[in-house]
Amino acid sequence: MTIKTVGVAGCGTMGTGIAIVAARAGFATVLYDTQEPALERARGQIEAFLRKSVERGKLDAEELPKIMERVSGTTTHQGMAGCDIIIEAVFEDLEVKHALFAGLDAVCPPHTIFASNTSTISITEIAGGSGRADRTVGMHFCLPAQLMKLVEMSPGLTTSDETFAAAWEFCEAMKQVPVKTQDTPGFILNYFLIPFNNDAIRLVEQGVAEPAEIDKAIKTALGYPMGPLELLDLVGMDTQKLLCEAMHGLTNEPRAACPPLVRRMIAAGHLGKKSGRGFHDYADSKTFGA
Amino acid sequence: MASYRIVTSGKSRSFPTSHEFIEAADESGAGLVMLGSDHALVDGGAFGDAPFVAVELGSECLGVHGGLASGPANGDGRLVGFARFRLGTAEPGQLVELVRQPWTTPEALDAARAAFEAAGLTVAVCEDFPGRIIDRLLRPYLNATLRRLDEKLATAEDLDRTLCMGLGYPEGPIALLNRTGLAEHFDVTQALYEALGQEPYAPARAARVAKARSGG
Ligand SMILES: NC(=O)c1ccc[n+]([C@@H]2O[C@H](COP(=O)([O-])OP(=O)(O)OC[C@H]3O[C@@H](n4cnc5c(N)ncnc54)[C@H](O)[C@@H]3O)[C@@H](O)[C@H]2O)c1
Repeated sequence: MTIKTVGVAGCGTMGTGIAIVAARAGFATVLYDTQEPALERARGQIEAFLRKSVERGKLDAEELPKIMERVSGTTTHQGMAGCDIIIEAVFEDLEVKHALFAGLDAVCPPHTIFASNTSTISITEIAGGSGRADRTVGMHFCLPAQLMKLVEMSPGLTTSDETFAAAWEFCEAMKQVPVKTQDTPGFILNYFLIPFNNDAIRLVEQGVAEPAEIDKAIKTALGYPMGPLELLDLVGMDTQKLLCEAMHGLTNEPRAACPPLVRRMIAAGHLGKKSGRGFHDYADSKTFGA
Repeated sequence: MASYRIVTSGKSRSFPTSHEFIEAADESGAGLVMLGSDHALVDGGAFGDAPFVAVELGSECLGVHGGLASGPANGDGRLVGFARFRLGTAEPGQLVELVRQPWTTPEALDAARAAFEAAGLTVAVCEDFPGRIIDRLLRPYLNATLRRLDEKLATAEDLDRTLCMGLGYPEGPIALLNRTGLAEHFDVTQALYEALGQEPYAPARAARVAKARSGG
């Protein structure tokens, strides 16, 4: 099966990034969102990103209009009927994803593959309500998708070998690096990262060390580009709480449970970098408010 | 600059070979650095008028050397603990974890920190808890990766590649364990499991097997 036209459902942070990846690699890319303004915004963001790529010498200037020509938008399921694969990046809610795929299933030809960018929901569960359980697959991109090459690919219990192989080939054709993981909560990255970050929060909670000392220790000893608490400040405490609730709800593993300090920080408005303060203070940071 | 003398007793994990920190020591130095694994109980009487006393730690808490409460008998405010980051059989690294107790004076802490930093090391300060910072965070994560590898979450290569590419880690957990020793990981995580009683520190199967096969 040859994939020529790619659909991206949900034009938020992830959908927009995924659309850049697909269009840049030469695929006709159809954006779908229920909100017309989201489509407009996504087109603007795609163009702005490509412009930056040209400025930085990462993209030939003549490529930019060609890529933009490959990107179209729609607010109807029908508008997605010509897609060979549809990657969904809508809200992280099983019912929303089921409703989306059921609607698309009614209009898409039989060969169209459904892929989900879900972070925490089971691919098998999403496949179960998609109308094409054998042709649904997990494709978890990293944030920001337009810069990060990694894609965690998971077959659900019902995913056919042909579907997985075709999606894998497509992923490589987008110049991404696929890795195969089981359809278990958090796949690889979030399964290990969320509890690791929680452990760092618990060290602060228990008074083992100050956030700056913890970050310094981890970066110096292990060569990580960012300390866990710096990373959490970027993720945001509100997001960390949602991730913990999803992961702990699914695995019941104590390390995945949301540390009480996260709730207190949210209540205090210490959400992280975006609010000017999290584990670290960003009052003087130039990026604050940007 | 902080001057110090070194008293060695037993093998030092932090400084197995010479280092700027060792070379900068001076027999008449004011501070006292107790190197090696055999300083079972630090004798406060030997502190003299040292502005700081730094005792090398293994997996034990500083309290083992410095007592549980502040007071003239044991809880000397000049005592700090330290351990240089070192995984298993690998060379020690750049980081020194510097441990204080609640009654450690800021002056003693600063003087000890200055001595390590003058030798080009990076110091992170923590309180006296089992596993300090690094082992406390690293061991449950390493155990989890070994467990999930057994459960075939992904291949070892894909697991490492995912964490390196997704998070910018210079080395994946499985490669790191293979490089530094699974049996050595067992020793540290088993000690922490005993100290903390928390399941995530329980050595993963592969570490247990490696330990058994190492004959140790
Ligand atoms: N943000 C991340 O770091 C990240 C990383 C990897 C995966 N994910 C996953 O990607 C998905 C999207 O996350 P996001 O951060 O981009 O969210 P977002 O809120 O930025 O975007 C969601 C978009 O989906 C649209 N949408 C919602 N319901 C829709 C529907 N029924 N049909 C069409 N469009 C619809 C919304 O209008 C919005 O534009 C989630 O499943 C999330 O778990 C997120």
